[in-house]
Amino acid sequence: MNLLAATQLAVDSAWAVYAVGALLVVAGAAGVVLQRNPVHCALALVTAIFGIALLFVDQGADFLAAVQIIVYAGAIVILFLFVIMLLGVDRKEVRPPAKLRSLAPAGIVVGVVAVVELLVLSQVHYWATGYKGAAEALNGPGENVQKLGQSIFASYLLPFEMTSVLLVIAVVAAVILVRRNAQPGASAGHKTAASARPVAKAPGAGQATTAEAPDQPAAQQAHEPGAPGR
Amino acid sequence: MTVPGPWYLVLAACLFGIGATGLLVRRNILVMYMCIELMLNAVNLTFVTFSRMLNDLGGQDAVFFVLVVAAAEVVVGLGIIVAIYRRRSGATADDISSLKG
Repeated sequence: MNLLAATQLAVDSAWAVYAVGALLVVAGAAGVVLQRNPVHCALALVTAIFGIALLFVDQGADFLAAVQIIVYAGAIVILFLFVIMLLGVDRKEVRPPAKLRSLAPAGIVVGVVAVVELLVLSQVHYWATGYKGAAEALNGPGENVQKLGQSIFASYLLPFEMTSVLLVIAVVAAVILVRRNAQPGASAGHKTAASARPVAKAPGAGQATTAEAPDQPAAQQAHEPGAPGR
Repeated sequence: MTVPGPWYLVLAACLFGIGATGLLVRRNILVMYMCIELMLNAVNLTFVTFSRMLNDLGGQDAVFFVLVVAAAEVVVGLGIIVAIYRRRSGATADDISSLKG
């Protein structure tokens, strides 16, 4: 009798944990989609991420839950908030133009269709072929962190090293993309540049070269008038 | 004792659908980016759930690499967004149509 009560308590608590996690995830995701202010969207994203981390812990992925909090809530959302504050987007009310506002129901319909498709696919369980991957079993002896570390540094060492190369490339790309050009008049905005040099006659040619302008400072000054003339 | 795996899969599908809907409906580039993060998180949840259902550590390895790629993607994407906003302030996704034929 006592054992039965303990089992029932375990079942109930498992469902309670799942319910709390699902509530956090769905509420946070709905907040990201529905909130007007981008700062509120970022905070709702944090809520959803904490819900995901809770579900990770519930499923035994302790290390991934910690990494989820550190990387997403600690780095990515902070980066989002930093960019929002830097650009000052949080004060503006973004109003979509009228011809595209009528397309919003179509987007919702496509989203619902995607969910239904996924749910139907989840009922067809022939995707599990039964072959084991290169990684070991999840439920073996040892802690989750230990097994995950051994798997990454033994079976998946080459992809792990490739991620370090990827991160270096991302850092270089971010520096190059965000860098301001140290030319006189370049930081004054494209209005003065446009009025000073009305060079580009053909808008197609000007716009085509605008995309690669940050890599070529000389070309940027010559073709900058193509950008506002759309 | 844990809730059966299909419940997690259904939740991940709903999260993916909410993220996809937000990506289609919202016009602010930053919020669209957050919706992409939601979709990535839904896939991560699916990976962890299958890792538990199939008793295979490979799913958790995949989530690890997805996290790294997501971090790199956010860095590059936000750099592109900052560059766009510098060029034309207050731009939405509809305004960035320079490559339209």
